[in-house]
Amino acid sequence: MTPDVVADVLAQLAASTEPEGLMPARQQMALSLGWHIVIACFGVAFPAMIFVMHLRGIRRDDPVALGLAQRWAKASAVLFAIGAVSGTVLSFEMGVLWPGLMGKYGDVLGLPFAFEGLAFFLEAIFLGIYLYGWGRMPPKRHVLMVLPMAAMGIFGAYCVLAVNAWMNVPTGFRLVDGEVTDVQPWQVLFNQHALLQFAHMWLAAYMVTGFAVAGVYAVGMLRGRRDEHHRIGFLVPFVFASVAAVCQPFMGHVLGLGLDERQPSKLAAFELALEEESPAPLRLGGVLVDGEVRGAIDIPAIGSLIAMNSFDDPVPGLDAIPEEDRPPVNIAHWAFQTMVGIGTLLMVAVLWFWYQRRRGRDLLEKRWFLRGAAVAGPLAAVAMEAGWIATEVGRQPWIVYGVMRTEDAAGSYSGLWWLLGATVVVYTAMTWGAVVVLRSMARRWRAGAVDLPSPYAPEVVAGTSGDER
Amino acid sequence: MSLEVAVAAALFVGVIAYAVLGGADFGSGFFDLTAGSSRRGAELRTLVDHSIGPVWEANHVWLIYVLVIWWTAFPESFAAAMTTLVLPLLLALLGIVLRGASFAFRKFSETLEQARLFGVVFAASSIITPFFFGTIAGAIASGRVPLDGSGDRWSSWLNPTSLFGGVIAVGTCAFLAGTFLVADARRGGHDRLAEELRTRALVVGAVTGAVVFAALWPIHEDASTLSDGLAGRAAPLVVASALAGAATLGLLWTRRYDVARLTAVAAVAAVVSGWGVGQYPWLLVDEVTIHDAAGATATLQGLLVAVGLAAVVVVPPLVYLLRLTQSEEWSRH
Repeated sequence: MTPDVVADVLAQLAASTEPEGLMPARQQMALSLGWHIVIACFGVAFPAMIFVMHLRGIRRDDPVALGLAQRWAKASAVLFAIGAVSGTVLSFEMGVLWPGLMGKYGDVLGLPFAFEGLAFFLEAIFLGIYLYGWGRMPPKRHVLMVLPMAAMGIFGAYCVLAVNAWMNVPTGFRLVDGEVTDVQPWQVLFNQHALLQFAHMWLAAYMVTGFAVAGVYAVGMLRGRRDEHHRIGFLVPFVFASVAAVCQPFMGHVLGLGLDERQPSKLAAFELALEEESPAPLRLGGVLVDGEVRGAIDIPAIGSLIAMNSFDDPVPGLDAIPEEDRPPVNIAHWAFQTMVGIGTLLMVAVLWFWYQRRRGRDLLEKRWFLRGAAVAGPLAAVAMEAGWIATEVGRQPWIVYGVMRTEDAAGSYSGLWWLLGATVVVYTAMTWGAVVVLRSMARRWRAGAVDLPSPYAPEVVAGTSGDER
Repeated sequence: MSLEVAVAAALFVGVIAYAVLGGADFGSGFFDLTAGSSRRGAELRTLVDHSIGPVWEANHVWLIYVLVIWWTAFPESFAAAMTTLVLPLLLALLGIVLRGASFAFRKFSETLEQARLFGVVFAASSIITPFFFGTIAGAIASGRVPLDGSGDRWSSWLNPTSLFGGVIAVGTCAFLAGTFLVADARRGGHDRLAEELRTRALVVGAVTGAVVFAALWPIHEDASTLSDGLAGRAAPLVVASALAGAATLGLLWTRRYDVARLTAVAAVAAVVSGWGVGQYPWLLVDEVTIHDAAGATATLQGLLVAVGLAAVVVVPPLVYLLRLTQSEEWSRH
């Protein structure tokens, strides 16, 4: 680039009307939310898996299952702790990064958060009881303590998704001369879109957690550890993940129906549709450069089928959307396709596994399958992140679709780039800490340690090592 | 009581609960940090781990509760406080993140080096967090948060009332934690440790009490609305706090630790309530009242439903958890 061009770009940036806080706020939110939702998946889905394993242990008097449940409980203690704090970060960020949104619409969108807080309360209380109850409570009562955690993880996720669904399809208020009036908070909590968005995310949580936990044991089997511990450690979460993976594409399809009316710009970006076509093709890959689609593979008519549930209904195009109301098309398109691609792959893979198993062939004997199972967890996480990017970026430039632009929600801070830098450092450190600690827990378990005493002194104080805490 | 005041009261119950329950957790970090070398401090650190391990996440939720009710019921004032007080808020948040994560990491550390690293981060951030929350309370109480969010980013929380607020917050947390840890140590059969903690809790309590009353003078100079409230409507709470604080010291002195926990909680709850009552009817002192700051009526009603539900479904299991952790059965090491 010549100096002229650089100067030109800088001048454009300087002249832009965007508030100073917009860009760093976006990045900050993307980083902290993108980090949190992976951990949140474990909060939503892990308790159910722990419950099944623990129940199996009690019912069949199976020490292997009980041992697994106890280990998972300890791992979840670490994950829930960092989930609790990264969730707190988000509630601060709502105010710090988006004062315009919270000042104006706080009383509209707030009620679902209040119920989410309630759910989180119960989850934290029963987590404390469950974790510290090992060996201290009658087993039958103890295992029941997981159920409120599982239920509240699900309910809490619903509440958060209700707010996000409201941002996509705002309801429960009227704007009169720019003033928010006639606020109906229950309508936000029970908005018609919330259930679908929640169901999609719920299944995603089971996929991410199920595949990730199963993957741990797949790696163990690859390294030659083929005992009962690894077999049920793999199968229980894999069953959860399988059910979710098979349901997910259908759920996503149902969620997408009507998108042409709700958010035509998002649909057009997903489909990389420049103009309305009937029937619309399914456009694989491709980028939008200077108003032209390059490098895409078109499959005729399938676009209409997927987006509209019909062979000839038109899919709206970007040309119908004023330029200033269009989302970043390439990001939304690629994120959407990544999600769909990985989701389809995982569905096919689990169907194949269970089909082969029915025919008496155990794919767990195949190294290639175990390798695939080991990467399924990260893949599911990528698909979920891509799905979030698709829905959030696809909604832009609106923070509340059609009502408030993201730039009007952001603050006019200077210095948010520093905050972003600090956040990168802190989250990197937190990730490092979690990985180090979880890996060392696994290593000590493999070496035969059961209780994992905390090393607070050169020699552990006598009497504390037999503790189940 | 009007709807707005009812919701504000529910919010303030959360502030008090966080100050007492979360405060005791934060204060444990103070004792953890000052426990000495790894060999000398191992017993105390194990006690801290045992004592707050099962409850800290539940106690932490009071903060979320406060934030959510605040932004839902009084959205504009929330945005204003978040904008003006962005620096201390982010510093408190940093402390929360580091503390929660490193506490969990320390518990499952493999080596002493790891435990030491995570332990220092946990303990240090347990001190900075209440300090910055204290400065935030001071900023609001001294009328430095305008409703349009245009307050000065630095002087709003770097002023006499705020700084005293920060020190008082750290002190009350440590005082609470001291009385709880003494009782835990004795119940767990750590008599030598209990004696040590008793001395330190007495010192912390005496110093904190002195700071609280010394702060009345700068508050008088710096925050007249709050000061008038403290001398007027909130005076009985100030007196109650002084009495409960003195009683706690007496009970610690005579080693009646079980009762001392109750009076310590009463002392801290009274101090915090004194702040709330003292600044009533202002939400942001001298800027906006509770009444004027309130959002939509339907939302306030919805919130009260949520709070009522919380009282029914959250409080019983919370009490159950707290009872379990304070029971003989869970105290055995």
